Amino acid sequence: MKTIAIVGNPNCGKTALFNYLTGGKQKVGNYPGVTVERKSGYLKTSLLPEEVLELGAKTGEFDWIIVDLPGTYSLTPKTLDEAITRDFLMGKISGEKLPDLVLAVADMTSIERSLFLVLELLEMKVPVVLALNMLDLAKKRQMEIDIEELCRQLNVPICEIAAIDGTGVKHLVQTLITHEVVVPVISLLQTPVSTEASAELSLDLSARDAVVGRYRKVEAIFAKVVKRMPEPTAWTDRIDAWVLHPFFGVISLIAVLGLLFQAMFNWAAVPADWIKGAIKWAGVLLGNQMGEGPLKSLVVDGIFAGVGSVLVFLPQILILYFFIVLLEDSGYMARAAFLMDRLMGKVGLHGRAFIPILSSYACAIPGIMATRTIEDRRDRLTTILIAPLSTCSARLPVYGLLISAFIPNTKVMTWLFGGLGLQGLVMLALYFLGIVFALGSGLILRKTLLRGPKANLLMELPSYKIPSWRNLLFSLVERAKIFLRRAGTVILSLSIVLWFLVTYPSPDSAALKSGESAIHSSYAGKLGHFLEPMIKPIGFDWRVGIALVPGFAAREVMVSALATVYAVENKEAEAEGDSTEVLQKALVTEWSLATALSLLMWYVIAPQCLSTVAVVRRETQSWKWPAFLLLYLTTFAYVASYLTFHVAKAWL
Amino acid sequence: MKLRLSKMRKGMAGKISFIESNLDSAPILVRLMELGFIEGVRVELVREAPFTRDPIAVRVKGSLIALRREEGASIEVDVEGYQ
Repeated sequence: MKTIAIVGNPNCGKTALFNYLTGGKQKVGNYPGVTVERKSGYLKTSLLPEEVLELGAKTGEFDWIIVDLPGTYSLTPKTLDEAITRDFLMGKISGEKLPDLVLAVADMTSIERSLFLVLELLEMKVPVVLALNMLDLAKKRQMEIDIEELCRQLNVPICEIAAIDGTGVKHLVQTLITHEVVVPVISLLQTPVSTEASAELSLDLSARDAVVGRYRKVEAIFAKVVKRMPEPTAWTDRIDAWVLHPFFGVISLIAVLGLLFQAMFNWAAVPADWIKGAIKWAGVLLGNQMGEGPLKSLVVDGIFAGVGSVLVFLPQILILYFFIVLLEDSGYMARAAFLMDRLMGKVGLHGRAFIPILSSYACAIPGIMATRTIEDRRDRLTTILIAPLSTCSARLPVYGLLISAFIPNTKVMTWLFGGLGLQGLVMLALYFLGIVFALGSGLILRKTLLRGPKANLLMELPSYKIPSWRNLLFSLVERAKIFLRRAGTVILSLSIVLWFLVTYPSPDSAALKSGESAIHSSYAGKLGHFLEPMIKPIGFDWRVGIALVPGFAAREVMVSALATVYAVENKEAEAEGDSTEVLQKALVTEWSLATALSLLMWYVIAPQCLSTVAVVRRETQSWKWPAFLLLYLTTFAYVASYLTFHVAKAWL
Repeated sequence: MKLRLSKMRKGMAGKISFIESNLDSAPILVRLMELGFIEGVRVELVREAPFTRDPIAVRVKGSLIALRREEGASIEVDVEGYQ
């Protein structure tokens, strides 16, 4: 078994090539102890030449593992990604062996910068095969390059490819596996980089001289090799004239975001209903097969209801990811970050931070996973810690329930377009509060706990490309798998635990006769009573306490929990077909307006989502940050709800 | 006319004449240089962000690099067409 590591600049088509080589079957994980994503996969056997397959069949040795290293401009580490790439190439990561071969991918249309990285690789004395990518674009743009001369200059095998459609990839594979692995001896290069202190950030000024020296060599090679430069991409420039226009640029950004939200909330509704229906149907079907008893209750009320309530978010998450990958691959995402940088910079964040925060409006989980594009550690942590304040779609059912129960459906400001609905305005205000709290918390975090030098914006605005549908599909499948795995593990086990808490111990017959709801005597009920002294100051009684417990696992479960607690989910309500209305009536008679407002405020802030906590744990590789997240948001929510409750009680 | 990259306006172009080093700017400077910002290289400021004209997008060695104005403060450009 041999390992090939792929190295290249960001946006050089590395990932497209990786997908092509592995046929999309990849393992996504993390490097130990850090948050850098590790992607690897087996070289597709259909790409292997006959003789290798024959030989392999005899010896059982034809496994080639491809590792896609993070995109990097250089091997002088300034970011975690670069440190990982460099350490990997030097075999310094525990549990990783030294790669047998390095596949350097270079974007032909920006060959100078690519050669800079190649020279650095050669200085490290690792065996390199160079793939010149974007052959299609280079040809279209009438670039002329003397490959043989480049081969001579660098003394490495070179293949021209177009990863997007697989042109030249078969030849590349042949070169890779027949290439005799020798460490190149390059007389051209006399400045070996120090191989010590790998993860340390190289800040010293000699790094400057090394960079200049390397670029001078690149310029010398470039002069000998490139006969004709590629024509500048006129259409990237033409699109940018609109997309980065002082006025139309802003308009187009708003339009893109509008479309994204539209898609997330409207298009996803239909498939989400199908999933909901399918799960209910399957639950009922399975339930009918089983005899009455605790097992049936566990399966139907516990597992199907619990996991189902999370699975309905799958369409939304996939639509969001579809847009993110589309925007990223086409080159628009960097432009959006460029346009948003000033605003995000005001709270001390990178322009890129706006994507995760935006994504969190669907669900904080993909949002937090999207923070991986932020290089700076403090910036990334800040973004992770404020992302749960975005009004995710799981809050909507609760907002909807409470607003339609407590806020009168009247019009205000009737002088404006015939008036605005008060209920809609309250909903809008809750969204707005989420934004304000997120940006405020970001600002405070960057000034206190995560204080540090402002992160740099510095990034490339890549040429626009038509995204590859193949890549898009691979990314979507990958995300769906990650999400489903989580639903199958964390959420499944939580659903079982919650079901247990709500169901046991079973009420005795005396309690049932007195008409008390079963939940009263359960562990969850006891927990509610236990919580009451703590939540009384913010206007909640023990019944809200009970609903908060399962609501902690997933926000929207609060609605069904409240329904259970207020015993409205009885047969009559179901027969009427509108248990929500019954629940709303019950709430209006039981609660004051102040309690409802306080609960809404609680929902704007409180970190009531175990999956978010789990994903923060995974992304930060520590328990410290998820613990901090819980602590700070819960305290914040408590204080805000306390103020809301008392102000509302005094004034309303 | 020699101008810092941070002071240039949209449409200005020229060769980099000098790069100031001090330890404060060392990490970002090395990154800028890796992206092609070295003495003698021609750069062109092609875009400015809306409202504040900051960040900016600069063409260098055939690619477009976005940076905040302060990040380009240590790069001096001999701007063409100005005496």
